[in-house]
Amino acid sequence: MERCFPFQTSVTVYKAYTRVESDANTIARALTAQTAETDAIRFLVGTQSLKFDNQITNEPKRLSSENRVLTCAAVWRMPPEWESGSHESPDDSSNNPQTLELLCHLDNTAHGSVACVLWEPLGDGKRVISLAENHVLLWDLQESSTKATISSTATLEGKGQLKFTAGKWSPHHNSTQLVTANDTAIRGWDLRSMSQIYCIENAHGQLVRDLDFNPNKQYYLASCGDDCKVKFWDVRHINEPVKCLEEHSHWVWSVRYNHSHDQLLLTGSSDSRVILSNMVSISSEPFGHLVDDDDLSDNEENQQEDKGKEPLQDSIIATYEEHEDSVYAVEWSAADPWLFASLSYDGRLVINRVPRALKYRILL
Amino acid sequence: SFPGITAIQRQRETHIYSGWSLMGRRLACLSATTPPDSDPTGRRQVHSMLKLYYGMNEEGKVESLDPCDINGPHFDPEVYLNKLRKECSLGELMDHESCTVKQIRSLDSDMQTLVYENYNKFISATDTIRKMKNDFKKMEDEMDCLSANMAAITEFSAHISGTLQDQHAQITKLSGVHTLLRKLQFLFELPARLNKCLELQAYAQAVSAHRRARCVLQQYSHMPSFRGIQDDCHVIMEQLAQQLRQKFRDGGSSAKDLSECVELLLQLDEPAEELCDKFLSHAQSRLEADLQGLEAELIDSLVTDTDILEFIDRGCNEFVSNLCLVIASYQELFINHPQEGELASKKIPEMANGKLHVFVDTLAARYFSLVERRIQEEKGVGDNSLLVRALDRFHRRLQAISKLLPGSAVPSQGTEIVVRAARERIKQYLSALQTFYHDSLTDVRQALAAPRGATSKDATPSLPELLTSLSNFILNQLKSVLASVHLFTAKDITFSNKPYFKGEFCSQGVREGLVVSFIKFICQSSRQYCESAGDRGGSTPPALLLLLSRLCLDYETSTISYILTLTDEQFLVQHHTPVTPVTALCAEAREAAQKLLNHYVKVQGLIISQMLRKSVETRDWVNTIEPRNVRAVMKRVVEDTTSIDVQVGLLYEEGVRKAHSSDSSKRTFSVYSSSRQQIRYAPSYTPSAPMDTSLLSNIHKLFSERIDIFSPVEFNKVSVLTGIIKISLKTFLECVRLRTFGRYGLQQIQVDCHYLQMYLWRFVSDENLVHFLLDEIVGSAAHRCLDPSPMEQSVIEVICERG
Repeated sequence: MERCFPFQTSVTVYKAYTRVESDANTIARALTAQTAETDAIRFLVGTQSLKFDNQITNEPKRLSSENRVLTCAAVWRMPPEWESGSHESPDDSSNNPQTLELLCHLDNTAHGSVACVLWEPLGDGKRVISLAENHVLLWDLQESSTKATISSTATLEGKGQLKFTAGKWSPHHNSTQLVTANDTAIRGWDLRSMSQIYCIENAHGQLVRDLDFNPNKQYYLASCGDDCKVKFWDVRHINEPVKCLEEHSHWVWSVRYNHSHDQLLLTGSSDSRVILSNMVSISSEPFGHLVDDDDLSDNEENQQEDKGKEPLQDSIIATYEEHEDSVYAVEWSAADPWLFASLSYDGRLVINRVPRALKYRILL
Repeated sequence: SFPGITAIQRQRETHIYSGWSLMGRRLACLSATTPPDSDPTGRRQVHSMLKLYYGMNEEGKVESLDPCDINGPHFDPEVYLNKLRKECSLGELMDHESCTVKQIRSLDSDMQTLVYENYNKFISATDTIRKMKNDFKKMEDEMDCLSANMAAITEFSAHISGTLQDQHAQITKLSGVHTLLRKLQFLFELPARLNKCLELQAYAQAVSAHRRARCVLQQYSHMPSFRGIQDDCHVIMEQLAQQLRQKFRDGGSSAKDLSECVELLLQLDEPAEELCDKFLSHAQSRLEADLQGLEAELIDSLVTDTDILEFIDRGCNEFVSNLCLVIASYQELFINHPQEGELASKKIPEMANGKLHVFVDTLAARYFSLVERRIQEEKGVGDNSLLVRALDRFHRRLQAISKLLPGSAVPSQGTEIVVRAARERIKQYLSALQTFYHDSLTDVRQALAAPRGATSKDATPSLPELLTSLSNFILNQLKSVLASVHLFTAKDITFSNKPYFKGEFCSQGVREGLVVSFIKFICQSSRQYCESAGDRGGSTPPALLLLLSRLCLDYETSTISYILTLTDEQFLVQHHTPVTPVTALCAEAREAAQKLLNHYVKVQGLIISQMLRKSVETRDWVNTIEPRNVRAVMKRVVEDTTSIDVQVGLLYEEGVRKAHSSDSSKRTFSVYSSSRQQIRYAPSYTPSAPMDTSLLSNIHKLFSERIDIFSPVEFNKVSVLTGIIKISLKTFLECVRLRTFGRYGLQQIQVDCHYLQMYLWRFVSDENLVHFLLDEIVGSAAHRCLDPSPMEQSVIEVICERG
């Protein structure tokens, strides 16, 4: 069971963390932001337990869940009262289990265990991709998502046992591209023809763990893996990474671009650290200047006088060491671009804010 | 008529008189009783005159005023007598009288002798005078006779010359005519003579002859006959000049001939500029032949490798010496040649000098380009002495040009070539060193890759032996390179005292360009091993990484400072420009060593990780059978770790462990571990005490330090092994968390972990680290277990001890 922290207004709480509490010692691995929600800050945590039902928190309409034992995936509906915008107060610790409504299973027993499930980033949410073993499955949800049928598939052929480890649906190009990772290679797919369009062999020295698209630069891609590195790729020039970070001291499990300020990059690693980096040089705002009216309005009173500030350099902004076990997932909030959550194996969810000083520097 | 003689006579008379007067005086003295002289003033006058005559005019000295002094001038016999009479007794008076008488007597005799002598002399003098008088009279007569004769002779002579005058004028005229005729004859014969000279090729004679006649002919050219001659001469000289030019052009003639030719042509009013050009072009053709020969040899040398010394030798002997000859003879002809007459006014030397410079510069440029091409061919770095000697000779021979042609840029260009060659050489040596380094590394690789057991054990050298041999190889090679480069600065090499070779060559070239660059290269290539291997799989054998790491560390501690000191001493480096300090290089080497060792840990850790990962991922943990044995892969892990331990131990020191490492800790761990494990996953099926476990786990985590998995290691064995084991176990943990276990799967993990714990603790600095990680593994497995019923600790121990 999971609490969520709907920070409605600009909260003075700077850091908060909680454990995913339940009767048992809950182990959590999955985390996502409620992408359709723009008012409430809401994260969904997927737990990983065998004995009990896995619990998933707050999902706007549908959530993909993954159970490794059952090797299946399902689509769920969020409780309607959450949709309407009612909130739990943070101090309300009483268990208020909201049951999710199971809409349908993605029935893919023929294809093996599911590595990840991806919603279509744009559009009406009728399509889902799941990566199972070495298959890419594109599902169409029908009849108000109660039924899912496979519309097309692609299979990765090659020597040995190939297994997808991660994937990401590109928000660019009208949602026609998918990028997947298997072993040390990163592959791009065209969903219209379901064929491979590029392949970065040996993108990482070891396994590639996660991928993310730069939300503002369509050819830019971040990847992370077991070689403790985070690499940035321009998929038009796949021979060399654009940039390479080597800050973590163990495998990097998760990498996320900030949705609106793509110089902010979040990485989570099994060295129990979350690192927030500022990659100005390869962002869409190379001079640290973006006028975002929505965000600016909130912070007008805080305008700082030093206009002649230096352009920001690529740097580590902060290293968060609140976790005591491997961090498997990090995620930016969908509602507040300055807020992010990280989830570690022991079920601890830590919510942090981008340091205020940096925020102002980016905004002003 | 002989006044001189009269004077002598008079003098003599005076003398004699003075003798007498003296005598008189004495006599007066003696006559004691006689009254004093009646005329004392007259006597005194004579006396003083005598004195004056004899120069005894120092009156004060002689003058004694005592009237009693018998020898004094103021002697007064009266006073003297009175005095005697008063003072003396009779006897005394008697004695005195007798004494005085005696004295008077002796004086008298003296006077007589004197008078006699004087008289004799006077007589003889008078005789002589008389004789002389006679002789002079005779001589006077003879003289008269002589003067008469002379007058007669003068008269005769005047007479003769008067008669001969006409004839003399005639003879003079005739002789003038004769000379003129001879000149005319010369002129008339000139054409024929010139022709003959031409035939005999006695050009010098012809030219000098013509030169002599030229002015005259020019002067009298209005007379038809002379004009004829002049025209003839012109034709002939024209012909001669033609022949000379021909000869000049032919080039077959020797330098001496040539210079003669030029001299003659100059005398024939040939324009000097044209001659210069011709001379130079002629010389150029010969020198170009030399150059072509050189070029041919240059091309040949690619096929038949003649060494560079031969080439330079040939260049020096043929081209440079010929060039020097040309310069010398040219200067002899056109510049230093004493110019006479109208030639001097043409400023030939300046013009000629300018031409010469241009000429020398162009040819030297071609020569230099050839030499440079040849030097560039010189790529083999085996023997530097040949090149240095060749360059030395090259440079030395150019000094000759500088002496001949003081303002020329050629020698400095030559020095530049030498400098460039030296620079190039250093580069080549650097690349050779780099190649050598790569080759030795390849050798080491092969030695490492050679199957250990296949050949006899002593055939494959151990790691420390490889390390020493590698570092010795490199050091020796570096030393030999330094020795080779040192030749450039040897004392007997002419260019070694150029400022470049004293300063920049030593500090910037050798020290920075060669030694420092090489050390940097070693560090850099070491770092490259880390990078390339990291991205493209472990292409570098881990042992090599370890070896290189140790090598870099050795460099940091001693070798770098040794090499640099050696260089500084050998080359007496004076650092005018800032140079890389030893500390910076050491830091770089240390960084490289650290990086290599970290990478070694990473690679070795990865190898073991991969084994563990495969073993976890490929097994069906849900449907596995009850564990009876430790899985083979765990044994393999322990074996590999042991062999790594041995390998690292060969090159690195043991390092420090935490204090509480002892044999007993093994047992305590077992109890501790098992009890912890019991507690940790017991609640998952006994929900009675949920808070306990989480609390315990949290407290444990609170007090255990965060483990940095890929953290830098120290330069010792324990730290390296700790790093490797950390990486391996962390991988194991992460893999376990991604799997689902059945009951027996969990038990198998328990057995495996116990086995690992039994063996791995001894390798690490802090055994708690191993305990903690293994604990986490078992705990995670229990979480991921469908039916978490752990195995009895005793059973685990039995299984593990069985093997």
